[in-house]
Amino acid sequence: MFDDSNLIVGLEIGTSKVCVVVGELNAGGALNIVGLGQAPAGGVRKGEIVDPAQAEEAVHYAIVEAEKMAGVEISRVYLGVTGAHIRGFNNRGIHRVLAEDHEITEVDVQDVVKNAKAINLSVENSIVHAVRQHFFLDGQDGVTNPVGMLGSLLEVDVHVIHGVTNRLQNAIRLVKGLHLEVEEIVFNGLASSLALLTNEQKELGALVIDLGGGTTEYVVYVNGIVKHTGVLAIGGDHISNDLGHGLKVSLSRAEKLKCEHGAALVQESSKGHIITLAHELNLPARTINHEHLQRIMSLRLEEIFQIIAQDLEQAGVMDYLGAGVFIGGGGARIPHLAQLAETVFKLPVSLGQTNSISGLTSALDQPEFLTAIGLVKYASLKSRKRPAGGFLSLLRNQFARVLSLFF
Amino acid sequence: MNPAVETQIPALETTGPAVIQIMGVGTAGVRLLDTLAGADFAGAARVAIDTDAASLTASGVSHKIQLDNRLVRGLDTGGDAEHNRALAEAQYATLKAAGAGAQVILLVAGLGGGVGGVITPLLARAARETGALVLAFVTLPFDWEGSHRRDQARQDLKQIRAQADGVICLPNQKTFKLIDENTGVAEFFRISAGLLTEALRGVWQLMTRPGLIQIHLADLCALLRDKNSEAVFAFVEAAGSARAREVVEKLLAHPLLDEGRALAESDTVLVNLMGGRDLTMGEVNRVMEQITRQCEHARVIMGAALDEPLKDRLTVTVIAARHGRSAAPGEAAPSRGAHACPPPREPSGKPHAAGGRRKADPKLRQELLPLATISKGRFDKSEPTIHHGEDLDIPTYLRRGVSFY
Repeated sequence: MFDDSNLIVGLEIGTSKVCVVVGELNAGGALNIVGLGQAPAGGVRKGEIVDPAQAEEAVHYAIVEAEKMAGVEISRVYLGVTGAHIRGFNNRGIHRVLAEDHEITEVDVQDVVKNAKAINLSVENSIVHAVRQHFFLDGQDGVTNPVGMLGSLLEVDVHVIHGVTNRLQNAIRLVKGLHLEVEEIVFNGLASSLALLTNEQKELGALVIDLGGGTTEYVVYVNGIVKHTGVLAIGGDHISNDLGHGLKVSLSRAEKLKCEHGAALVQESSKGHIITLAHELNLPARTINHEHLQRIMSLRLEEIFQIIAQDLEQAGVMDYLGAGVFIGGGGARIPHLAQLAETVFKLPVSLGQTNSISGLTSALDQPEFLTAIGLVKYASLKSRKRPAGGFLSLLRNQFARVLSLFF
Repeated sequence: MNPAVETQIPALETTGPAVIQIMGVGTAGVRLLDTLAGADFAGAARVAIDTDAASLTASGVSHKIQLDNRLVRGLDTGGDAEHNRALAEAQYATLKAAGAGAQVILLVAGLGGGVGGVITPLLARAARETGALVLAFVTLPFDWEGSHRRDQARQDLKQIRAQADGVICLPNQKTFKLIDENTGVAEFFRISAGLLTEALRGVWQLMTRPGLIQIHLADLCALLRDKNSEAVFAFVEAAGSARAREVVEKLLAHPLLDEGRALAESDTVLVNLMGGRDLTMGEVNRVMEQITRQCEHARVIMGAALDEPLKDRLTVTVIAARHGRSAAPGEAAPSRGAHACPPPREPSGKPHAAGGRRKADPKLRQELLPLATISKGRFDKSEPTIHHGEDLDIPTYLRRGVSFY
């Protein structure tokens, strides 16, 4: 096949669906979406794989579909990970500048970041991301690039996202089993936030909620940096389960009712309204109170938002969300969700619209693809740091890196 | 167990004579109501409600309401639940009027029959609509009364739980262990009725006697309201110099508490001590120390009060509640904050207990009322999502006690 160094692929193994997004970096480094693949997932609960065989099949199907659409062969992916085991916290690294003239060099910056990443994690945990936040120079806040500045004490905050190694490995192994290479794993919430927010919104402060099938991830940006992350192992599945239990219908029926009649708030029009469920033969079989349906949904969604709001309150970031709340993921399709979220967070809420990426509009419009698009975006940001260019320059770069080890 | 703050707030006002109302429902309820006469319950308006004229005539209660029952010409409707339901719904206005003006309504009924179980939920609903707080005291039938009655009683209980603020329930079968088998039948029923009376008296005293260490009605409601909780109670008393030790011994041997095992399995335990003027701090300490040792993981709400007529007797009322199925093995019972108990009901954000100490011996599990099983549906097998001790896999509406009917 042809050179695929400009090809980046995001793979999200979600609880309800597997999404693959194929992006292409053009010469200018801009990202273009060229292919999509999706398959209803199986064997995944709460964002984690419980039945590898079933999940593998879904991933395979989605990958093949994306390959067909983009007309490429996929060999490497950026894999999105999530699950209740993933946690985020902030850590600070300290480094004393030893140079006579107190000028901070690149090496000092590397050292301080290294210090910040050196954290005591229990053996079973491993770091997914360590996102650099702001530097402090002799206690002075908000330094974004200290190289060349003068100071004696350099500090940096990093936001560390970590998870249980074995559970992260499960997803990686599954992908590797399909003869795909995992370039990097990326926390789903982070990916979604990249797809959703503009730099300006990150500066203003924003909360991104990805309301998925099995999990809900949230990421907070304050002053342009990732300040807080979290995963709540509750999602659309729970809503269906609640409905199934509350209305005494089967899960698949509940799922369908949720999509057809659901709302995040009880609607005036649904009060006293009865939904008639049809039999296979189109005969009326059962009736369901529309108001109850919406109330059950509303209670669950409200609770999800309340738990997130509580967490943010505790983290002390609630007052810094100037740009408001952004909701993505399949859950964003629920009618009146923004209205409900507004009452809980008391902030302007908008439903996720991917921006700053061009390509297939059909993908950009669907909130379900948010994470996968974010993965591609993440990859493009990564590669932008590397010198852009073909395979050769990449190779040269690699050589240079190896050489620099010796000299 | 920090009463210092709570004593600042006055207990339920009990100035008016008709603030608290006790209603006996059905034949069993009316009979039980008769046993409640006497000085202990001074100030409570008692109302007997039944369909059976004969039962009402036999009762000594002054305020009687006979539900209109044309079909059987004033006779007992017996176990015909459907018939009774229709009858009661038709006379809903009468039921509502019966509870008008009361702030707290205590309902007494025997479940499994035709009247008590059917009318009690309606009464509870009616009472709640008038803004009163409703506590129900009910008995469950003996095992030998047959599966029909037992199932009926369970259904009834479910209905009542959905409507009342709190339910305390006495399974008659348990009283077997309490009473000598050679006891005469009449005597047996008298004692069994006495047990329920004791629970009522305990709650009554709790509400009416000014406490040294006050237990709020709110505490009691928070304890009993959870739809999936199972509450057991015991009331013991002792006199003499060794009374503190004696009450503890009696409590730990009490059959209704499964010889004290129920305490160990509870998530919330309410203890009310009552004694005469000579109640000493040492005694309170001794009793509480022993009880809290039994229920290390539970949240203990304690109260103490003086009651002159008790003289040298010491009485202890214990209500132990175990919340729905435990969720996370190995997780310590989380402490729960105080819950408000507003008489106009609201779905309170009451955390569902995940009090998951799992005892090694499954026999220790208290086998009372396996009512609404909490369904986690498709998440049954997956790792539970616990947040502040709440199992979030259980539908929110269930945990918040929102019922649809």
